[in-house]
Amino acid sequence: MRRHRGLYLSAEILTPVLVVVVILLATNAGKTFFLPPLQNVFVAFGENWLFARIPVDVLPSLARLAVGYLIAVVLGIGFGVLLGRSRGARRQATPIVEFLRAVPPPALLPFTLVALGIGDGAKIFLIALVCIWPILLNTIDGITGIEPTLRETGASYRIPGAARLFRIELPAASPQIFAGLRASMPLAIIIMVVSEMMGATNGIGFFIVQSQRSFAIADMWSGIILLGILGYLLNLLLTLLERWVLAWHRRSHAIAR
Amino acid sequence: MLTLTNVSKRYGDEQTGTLAVRDLTFEIGGGQIVTIVGPSGCGKTTVLKLMAGLLEPTTGTVTVDDVEVRRPPEQIALVFQDYGNSLYPWMRVGENVEFPLRHRLGSKAERRERVDAALGSVGLAGLGDKYPWQLSGGMQQRVAIARGLAYQPQILLMDEPFGALDAQTRADLEDLVLQVRERFDITVVFVTHDIDESVYLADRVLVMGPRPTFIDADLVVELPSPRDQIETKALAEFSRVRGEVYRRIRASSELMRTGSVAVA
Repeated sequence: MRRHRGLYLSAEILTPVLVVVVILLATNAGKTFFLPPLQNVFVAFGENWLFARIPVDVLPSLARLAVGYLIAVVLGIGFGVLLGRSRGARRQATPIVEFLRAVPPPALLPFTLVALGIGDGAKIFLIALVCIWPILLNTIDGITGIEPTLRETGASYRIPGAARLFRIELPAASPQIFAGLRASMPLAIIIMVVSEMMGATNGIGFFIVQSQRSFAIADMWSGIILLGILGYLLNLLLTLLERWVLAWHRRSHAIAR
Repeated sequence: MLTLTNVSKRYGDEQTGTLAVRDLTFEIGGGQIVTIVGPSGCGKTTVLKLMAGLLEPTTGTVTVDDVEVRRPPEQIALVFQDYGNSLYPWMRVGENVEFPLRHRLGSKAERRERVDAALGSVGLAGLGDKYPWQLSGGMQQRVAIARGLAYQPQILLMDEPFGALDAQTRADLEDLVLQVRERFDITVVFVTHDIDESVYLADRVLVMGPRPTFIDADLVVELPSPRDQIETKALAEFSRVRGEVYRRIRASSELMRTGSVAVA
């Protein structure tokens, strides 16, 4: 256990610190215009993100991310349940789903720019569009994989429809649903940034492009680092949520093994 | 009273489908324990699902108290063999037992009382806060029985409930079924492929024939109550009925192996 803890600390803190030191030395030795000394980037990070530009750029980005992601969660799980329950509907929908999933969402940017403009709507639409597929497909998988006995128990005890959905089917499918939620989170961040880089008036992606265009390279890098940190934190948040919601799953499997 | 009238069940269509159950007619009730025994693969589970309203008969009717069964009737509770998938692992033991009562009983206090009484009657008092997977297989099946009892059914259907358990646990749970019947005055329909079990528990044994299954024999068991794993099984009546059931099942198995589908 102690040894384990030591390894964990080294992975979470020691190794990253080492990497930062190496970058610090390299950027000071090299002096390339596009790779400014790391301490300058840190100063820029402090000036921009602690906390001057948080309401200007970070909050709008996070709001788009959250709304787009939540729309994808609701629609992905909703349609996933419907398609998971009905073999016929699933067969009808599969080719369409596979086609839509294959279209790279940034390819739709020119369309959304014209059709929906440069406001939040276009970005939210794209984020939802890219996030829905992993959630939808994993939910279908989860629902179709439910043990027949689990359903038959619900039927034989005359459990009403809503309780059957929320207390039996969704919990039973939740391990797969969470796999979909985890897969789509990084996609959401990617599309958020890309959509803000093409046609936006604020947001982290917009800030990065603006900095690059005005040759504020340290600012540009501070934005990139912020994205890394945000991605890390959002993933951590999702992991903690999953550990809490799926505690029964983890513990029952630990016992079975 | 559970009545099957000319019930048959075909899976698939008229030409290519298989007939699983052929023209069953019988009646079960009156607080008896009726065991249904037959060779493996003869269609026992199909018969049970027809009674439980989980399958619709192709022809004929299933009725409970003269009302035709079209969906699972509220007078019936079902205990599955696969307790691991029949109990919900995301609910605690008490929640599992309470879950079917939520839409039946409005008062929370009343539900809790029923849950506690049911857990007590299967020897699991005080374990309501555990999760099913923290319990042994035998205890999990007790939880499933408690859930059935808390539902207060007229008829408790049990589908090879102890098939996955070791011999000692199995014997304990067989005695639990006998106690529960005395205490709650319910009719028990018990499907099994274990001949000894089918005779030990039964007031009446229905021996099923090979697929498409039918009633090969309808035997009355005249064993005294209360029953005892050692003494009851030493009685002449026990070995008489056991021998009768055994002969029929052996003949059926023979038929199923050789492939000819004969009518007894």
